[in-house]
Amino acid sequence: MSEIFDVAVIGGGMVGGAIAYGCASRGARCVLLDGADASLRAARGNFGLVWSQGKGKEMPAYAVWTRLSLEHWPAFAEAMGSAAGQPIGYRRVGGLDFCVGEQEFAERRNELNRLHNLDGGRGPPLRLLDRREAEELLPGTPLGPTITGASLAPDDGHVNPLLLLRGLHAGFRRAGGVHRPGVEVRGIEAGDGFAIDTGGETVRARKIVVAAGVGTRRLAAMIGLDVPVRPVRGQNMVTERLPPLLPLPASALRQTEEGVVQIGVTNEEGTWEPATTVEALARMAARAVTVLPPLGRARIVRAWGALRPMTPDGYPCYAQSATHPGAFVAVCHSGVTLSAVHANVLAPMILAGSLLGDVSEMHPSRFAGENVHAA
Amino acid sequence: MIIFLFEGREIRAREDDSIAAALLAEGIFATRTTAVGDAPRGPFCMMGACFDCLAEVDGVGGVQTCLVRVRSGMRVSAQQGARALPPGDSGAA
Repeated sequence: MSEIFDVAVIGGGMVGGAIAYGCASRGARCVLLDGADASLRAARGNFGLVWSQGKGKEMPAYAVWTRLSLEHWPAFAEAMGSAAGQPIGYRRVGGLDFCVGEQEFAERRNELNRLHNLDGGRGPPLRLLDRREAEELLPGTPLGPTITGASLAPDDGHVNPLLLLRGLHAGFRRAGGVHRPGVEVRGIEAGDGFAIDTGGETVRARKIVVAAGVGTRRLAAMIGLDVPVRPVRGQNMVTERLPPLLPLPASALRQTEEGVVQIGVTNEEGTWEPATTVEALARMAARAVTVLPPLGRARIVRAWGALRPMTPDGYPCYAQSATHPGAFVAVCHSGVTLSAVHANVLAPMILAGSLLGDVSEMHPSRFAGENVHAA
Repeated sequence: MIIFLFEGREIRAREDDSIAAALLAEGIFATRTTAVGDAPRGPFCMMGACFDCLAEVDGVGGVQTCLVRVRSGMRVSAQQGARALPPGDSGAA
């Protein structure tokens, strides 16, 4: 093919999809080079949280970036719903992190006080609810007896991550983007723009964005960037559809609009197998039953695992390559939460050719000199 | 020969039939309506994977009828939407 695209995005998951959508909807001629169905994707293993609680404690730029994304989310959700042909189920109802037992409650209170004193109001507005306040917030929710309270982030919420991905891809195509699934990138050459060797053909683009999740390290090396990303497995399971039990999402426990209760989460290192394990599922189930005891009688319909990208400090990496100007990398763990700002803020920066502000603080050079290994 | 009830109607089944198989043999294809949209659904995979064959069996909702053998006098009714969880602690459904 002889066409030269304005932007080639490598990786069609939450991050690549959002960047490609953001570029295409601003008039750039874009190609999205995507893996195949069996590729190791994080973007089918998302939990669906649009979340600021607990984010960026050691990196204020990330906390600010996250809050900016939350500000963009309502309008972004509308755009995604319009692209997907149905609402994507974004519910900004607040987000909870439950405390089990008195000690956890005391520790959470200390933590919130410490954060409040430290961050000068730049972090998310968190409130600690005791048991009674939690019951008032959640009338009709059968909280387990050992739940002593919860921290609440009022602007947090959740979304249907599968519909979000559909919206990103549909919006991308509607804006004239070209989606190429089943592609494996074998090499990238810089010349007049970039030439991407995909085996069968060469794809040419003026700019490229590596947004390949757990496959980032190999591809970023092709554009002169060292981005140490390793896979961390997360397991999920979902129940049968149930009547409304839990109106607000909690970390690792949420009820979808359709009534399904989704239960997470694990953070397993050192494996490239996106499988589930009985041991982990049992642990996740036990915790879910601690929070909502009637769940003990719910039927588990499906369980699955996914490999999610993790950087050494857990924070995103964004960079333009110094050796390959016009080539960018973008990788993060919270692809759903950040999709709004990836589409609306990062994509325009890429089109303008320079990463600014908080984004520029999340450069992978912060790992230089550390002895970091890929898994 | 086993006789059980579906929605008050007598159904004849063979021993070792699953509820789903017996209903299908009787020409009954819908055992429930969906939680979203109230659409009719019935047995599909016949091996416990699809969760479409759900019905209420002897007062317990959300039963996968393809996994349960018929018993004399069993009362099966269509499940309307999502079933309510029994209150109280975890334990056998």
